[in-house]
Amino acid sequence: MIDIWMLFTVLMLACFVGYFVVWGVTPALHSPLMSVSNAISGVVIVGALITAGVPEMSEHKVLGLIAVVLASINIFGGFAVSQRMLSMFKKKKPTLKEEKK
Amino acid sequence: MTDNLLSIAYILASVLFIFSIRGLASPETARRGNVLGILGMVIAIGATVYSPLVTDYWPVVAAILLGGVIGIYFAIKVKMTSLPQMIAAFNGLGGLSAVFIAVAEILAGSTMLIENVLGLIIGAVAFSGSVIAFAKLQGLMKPKAIVFFGQQALNLILGLVMIAVAVLFVLSPSADYFYILAGVSILLGFLLVLPIGGADMPVVISVLNAYSGWAAVGIGFSLNNVLLIIVGAIVGASGAILSYIMTKAMNRSLTSVMLGGFGAETQTAALSSHEDKTAKSGSPDDAAFIMENANKVIIVPGYGMAVAQAQHVLKEMGDDLRQKYGVEVKYAIHPVAGRMPGHMNVLLAEANVPYEDVFELEDINREFATADVAYVIGANDVTNPLAKTDASSPIYGMPVLDVGKAKTVFFVKRSLASGYSGVENPLFFADNTIMLYGDAKKVTEEIVSALER
Repeated sequence: MIDIWMLFTVLMLACFVGYFVVWGVTPALHSPLMSVSNAISGVVIVGALITAGVPEMSEHKVLGLIAVVLASINIFGGFAVSQRMLSMFKKKKPTLKEEKK
Repeated sequence: MTDNLLSIAYILASVLFIFSIRGLASPETARRGNVLGILGMVIAIGATVYSPLVTDYWPVVAAILLGGVIGIYFAIKVKMTSLPQMIAAFNGLGGLSAVFIAVAEILAGSTMLIENVLGLIIGAVAFSGSVIAFAKLQGLMKPKAIVFFGQQALNLILGLVMIAVAVLFVLSPSADYFYILAGVSILLGFLLVLPIGGADMPVVISVLNAYSGWAAVGIGFSLNNVLLIIVGAIVGASGAILSYIMTKAMNRSLTSVMLGGFGAETQTAALSSHEDKTAKSGSPDDAAFIMENANKVIIVPGYGMAVAQAQHVLKEMGDDLRQKYGVEVKYAIHPVAGRMPGHMNVLLAEANVPYEDVFELEDINREFATADVAYVIGANDVTNPLAKTDASSPIYGMPVLDVGKAKTVFFVKRSLASGYSGVENPLFFADNTIMLYGDAKKVTEEIVSALER
């Protein structure tokens, strides 16, 4: 079993990484940030998979499967909507860059 | 797949997720960032399914596909103006998923009691809070703050009950306590978001986003899973930072937003006294004439633009001004404009406004002094100069866009009514302000047809 203090260490370090990475995000992309981070928080699916992956049928297996469906909606939906949003952020087209009078 | 391989896969996935967020530092790398995120998720899910932890494949694969089809269907169908509620809904599902995992773990005889309790509580609050946020944004319930007598006392009592039940459960674990705990947490989530009204939504969405991350951390501890802890912490940090940015852009504390009732409490105090003052109003033709003779026009969009879906016609107006009349056109965005962080940026991007033309408050505020026209469409509070001058005003200290410094200010609004804060905007009565009454989209359309004549 992994030492709980090890996990706390990982948590602290991850908080720092998150802090610096998120401050680097440009404000224009704050909406995609929310949907991307929302999608990756769907990683709880890993926990759901472990609970649902047991061989014999049981109450908790059913609950685990429901959790898999919910998390997977979150993941697929989140990434798809992010992709849609991000594909709209375009650079100026050269044709629009006409001379200023 | 051995334990070691699984660990390596999880580390790889964590790194990919970090790079995924990192990619959002600029619009050029953002799409690649999203793809890296997808890749990380594929690795995380694939490695888990093939590990010895999962022995029964087909049901879980079917569950993933089912969720995937539902998720992609909604992601494709949703309109860009409905994005805030979409994100609230996905957030809620993530929270609910954490609730189910925690309950399943307890039923399976997990001994990580405190960890599961944390995952359950945070997940449940994220779920039910998101339900209310969704209902408000979707218009299923009134977006205004709902405040009733004894609300805060009730929330406090519920919070204490929640802690008490949690302690009881940890001392004598029984599934019954866990169900009660789930119920109390869900109720608390409902009650916490009820008193928060329309324009505070960006904060709520950010906070709920953070919760879905912290719920993952809780589940990560209960399963001893490092991947969940890392990702949960990053998502939690992201939500926390966004909440901080949003509250700062409103000069409010997180507590005052969460306690709610901003609009409700000040409304009566500031009920309009504009009878004795007169605001000039103009026609779209006048506006078109003034703008085509300007050198520089700054457009300030707000939530009203989103409601009227005026972003496309707005972009047309900007293009006409630029191409036919050689006017310099820029867009200025206040951090809390709209109903979620970055809302206006997405809508302008949808209308094909290049992101180089869109500026954040601190980058453009000085330019209003050199602008001939500020075209304020569907925004109000974020331009109110009282935030700088009137220390007794509830919006005092909030950073605002200095639109009043432009030679001419156009406000496209339905009426002179005050904004969400309930504070009257003195700019409406300023000498250089011209009101354009009407629907944001209609008015802009008429300007466009005047420009194209």
